[in-house]
Amino acid sequence: MLEIKNLHARSEDTEILKGINLSVAAGEVHAIMGPNGSGKSTLAHVLAGREDYEITEGEVTYDGKDLLDMEIEERAAEGVFLAYQYPVEISGVSNKYFLKAAINSIRKHNDQPVISRSDFVSMLKEKLALLGMDKSMMDRSVNEGFSGGEKKRNEILQMAMLEPKLAVLDETDSGLDIDALKIVSEGVNALRSPERAIIVVTHYQRLLDYIVPDKVHVLAGGKIVRSGDKSLALELEDKGYSFLNEGSEAVAAS
Amino acid sequence: MSSENALLEEYAQREYEHGFVTDIEADSIPAGLNEDVVRLISEKKNEPEWLLEWRLKAYRHWLTLEEPNWHNVKFPPIDYQASVYYSAPKQKPKLNSLDEVDPKLLETYEKLGIPLEEQKVLANVAVDAVFDSVSIVTTFRETLEKHGVIFCPFSEAVHEHPELVKKYLGSVVPHSDNFYASLNSAVFSDGSFCYIPKGVRCPMELSTYFRINAQNTGQFERTLIVAEEGSYVSYLEGCTAPKRDENQLHAAVVELVAMDDAQIKYSTVQNWYPGDSEGKGGIYNFVTKRGACRGANSKISWTQVETGSAITWKYPSVILQGDNSVGEFYSVAVTANHQQADTGTKMIHIGENTKSTIISKGISAGVGQNSYRGEVKIMKNATNARNFSQCDSLLIGDRCGAHTFPYIEVRNTTGKVEHEASTSKVGEDQIYYLRQRGLSTEDAVNMIVNGFCKEVYDVLPMEFAVEARKLLNVSLEGSVG
Ligand SMILES: Nc1ncnc2c1ncn2[C@@H]1O[C@H](COP(=O)(O)OP(=O)(O)O)[C@@H](O)[C@H]1O
Ligand SMILES: [Mg+2]
Repeated sequence: MLEIKNLHARSEDTEILKGINLSVAAGEVHAIMGPNGSGKSTLAHVLAGREDYEITEGEVTYDGKDLLDMEIEERAAEGVFLAYQYPVEISGVSNKYFLKAAINSIRKHNDQPVISRSDFVSMLKEKLALLGMDKSMMDRSVNEGFSGGEKKRNEILQMAMLEPKLAVLDETDSGLDIDALKIVSEGVNALRSPERAIIVVTHYQRLLDYIVPDKVHVLAGGKIVRSGDKSLALELEDKGYSFLNEGSEAVAAS
Repeated sequence: MSSENALLEEYAQREYEHGFVTDIEADSIPAGLNEDVVRLISEKKNEPEWLLEWRLKAYRHWLTLEEPNWHNVKFPPIDYQASVYYSAPKQKPKLNSLDEVDPKLLETYEKLGIPLEEQKVLANVAVDAVFDSVSIVTTFRETLEKHGVIFCPFSEAVHEHPELVKKYLGSVVPHSDNFYASLNSAVFSDGSFCYIPKGVRCPMELSTYFRINAQNTGQFERTLIVAEEGSYVSYLEGCTAPKRDENQLHAAVVELVAMDDAQIKYSTVQNWYPGDSEGKGGIYNFVTKRGACRGANSKISWTQVETGSAITWKYPSVILQGDNSVGEFYSVAVTANHQQADTGTKMIHIGENTKSTIISKGISAGVGQNSYRGEVKIMKNATNARNFSQCDSLLIGDRCGAHTFPYIEVRNTTGKVEHEASTSKVGEDQIYYLRQRGLSTEDAVNMIVNGFCKEVYDVLPMEFAVEARKLLNVSLEGSVG
C-alpha cells in the first residue's frame, strides 16, 4: 500500500529526512519510534503533503500512485489520514459541521453522493460511543477549549468517521491518561482491517501494549536505524535510545 | 504556500454579482448642488413648506461644515458639484399595484433575488423597493395596515402622516449632526417610513431594498422607524449597485425611536459595488444610523454585514435614555481588494441600568483596511450601566490591515465597561488541517471565515444569514448543507 524509497526532505537549509525506506502493506500496523527531533512528525507531514518541506530525493508510492505528486486534499480523498500531534482549533465551526463537510468533500472527490442526515447521525453516534465521547462535544467548535486528551480523542473520532485507507497517528498517546489511552487504543484497534494500513508514531512503548504493531522501526537522525518486530519496542524501553549509536552500525553491518 | 496565497488572492477578488445596469429612462436633474436644487427636489416631491424649510436649514448649515477627516480612510476630494442629486425612473411615481410597475424594474429586482410579486416573495417579508431616488413599490401594505402598521415610502409618509414625520424627523439625527447627515437632510429623496403602533408585534419582517442604478448619481435616502410602547419590529435592509468606474456617493440617514418596552431589530446586508481589483470605482457609503431607546425597558439591536462599498463610514449607535434599556451592535465588516472601512458604534448610556453589547468582526483581505471605531459613554446619571465590547479582526494574507479605536468615557462610578480585542490570521496551519480532512483551500478559507463570523450570523434573521454566508463565500460549489 505504501512504499517509501530513499526519501530526503528539508526545511529551508536543514535536511531533516535523510533517506527513509519503508514499506507498509494493507492490513499492517507499523510503529515508528525515536527520540525527540528525529524527524517522526516530519515524515508524517511529508506523507500528508504539508508544503513547508522540500523533497530533494526519493519517491513515495501509495496505492500504486505517486503520492508526492498529489495535492493535500487529494491525498485525503484517496484515503490518507493524519492524526495530528498538535490538532488545530477552528473557531465558530462545530465539530459536527466540520465532520460532515469533510465526509462530503471526500465523497464528492470519489463521485459519491452526499451522506444522508440519518446515516451521518447514526454513524456519528456509533463512533462517539466507541471512543467514549459525549455527543455535546460535537456542537462545540473544532478543538477549541478541548483539553490535550480531548483533542487526541477527537482526532481518532475523525479517523473513525473518515474511514481512511492509510492512517498515520502522530503521538496520539501523548496527553492521554491511562484510561483514555486504553479507550483510544480500543478505538484504533476497532479500525484495524485487512484493507487498512496504520502507522503509529510514538515516543513511548506504553502505547504498543495496547496497539500491538506488526513491525517496529526506530527513526534517528532522519533515518530508520533499526527495524524489527514488537520486541524491539521493549528493548528500546529497556536500554533507552542511547544504544542506537551502536545500533546504527549494527544495521549498516547487517 | 504559493498556491494557497493565489487562492487567498482569488478569494479577496471575488466577483461582484450585482453589477449590471438597468436600461431605463430616467428623470434626472442636472448635476450640481445649490439652494435651487434643494427647492427643485422638494418641488418634485410636492412637499409642504415646513419640509422645504427644514431642508434649506440643513443645506445652509452644511455649507458651514467641513468633511470629517478623523477617520482612517483615504480618498481624493469629492466634488459635490459633479454629482446628480435626483434621478427617478420615468413613470408615475405613486403606484398602487405592481401592474403599473415597469417590467424592467421588476426584472431588475428579480435578478437581484428580490421578487416583488407578493405571491413570490419570501413568505413573511414586506419589501419597499427603492430605485435611485424613489421608492417604486411597497409590498404587503394591506396586510400590514390591518395591524395598524404603517410601512410606506418616506415621500408618501410626508403627505399621509405629516404629524408623525414632523414629530420624529431629525429627532434622533438632527439636521446639523454631521457633514454627511446635513447633506442628506438637504437633498434626501426617498426611503422608508415605518410606524408600529402601541402593543403591536409587527406580523412580518419589514425590509427595504436599495438599488443605485443611474450614473453619477448620489443616493440619499432616509429611513425613520418609530416603535410605540410595547411594540416589536424586525427590519432588514439590503443594497446593491452596478459596476462603474466612477465612485458614487451614498449618504443615508436612519433614525430609530423605541418607546417604553418597545424593540427594534435592524439588520443590514450591505453589498454596494466595492470597486474593481485595482480599486477603481465603487460606492462611498457614508451613513449615519442612530437609534434612541426613549422608553424604559426598550431595546434596539443593530446587526450589519458589510461586504460591499469602496469606503464604508458608519457607526450605528444607540442612545440609551430609558431606564433598563438595551443597545446591541453586531457587525461583520469585510474589506477585500482596495476596500476601506471605518465602522463601529456608539453606545451612550443615560438611563439607569442600561446595558449595551458590541460584537464586531472585521475581516481584511487583499490590501483592504478595516478599522473598528467604537465609543462607549456612561453619563453621570447612568447608575449601574454595563457595556461589553468584543472586537475581533481576521487577516487573510499579509498585505491588509486591521485597526481598533475604542473610546471609553465613564462618568458614573457604578458603570462597568469591558473591552476585549483580538487579531488573528487565517492560519496556514488551519488551512492545512482542513485540507488534510479533504476540503479544498477555498472551502477551508470559507469555513474559517464563516466560523469567525458565527456570533453575528446567529443574530441575523434566517434568510439574511443565508445571504450573508453566500456573500462571504467565493462560491456555493463544494460547500455543504
Ligand atoms: N517546518 C520546520 N522548519 C524548520 N525545522 C523543522 C521544521 N519541522 C521540523 N523541523 C526540525 O526538524 C527536526 C525533526 O522534527 P520533528 O519531525 O518534529 O521530530 P519528532 O516528531 O521526531 O520529534 C527538528 O530538529 C525540528 O526542529
Ligand atoms: Mg513529533
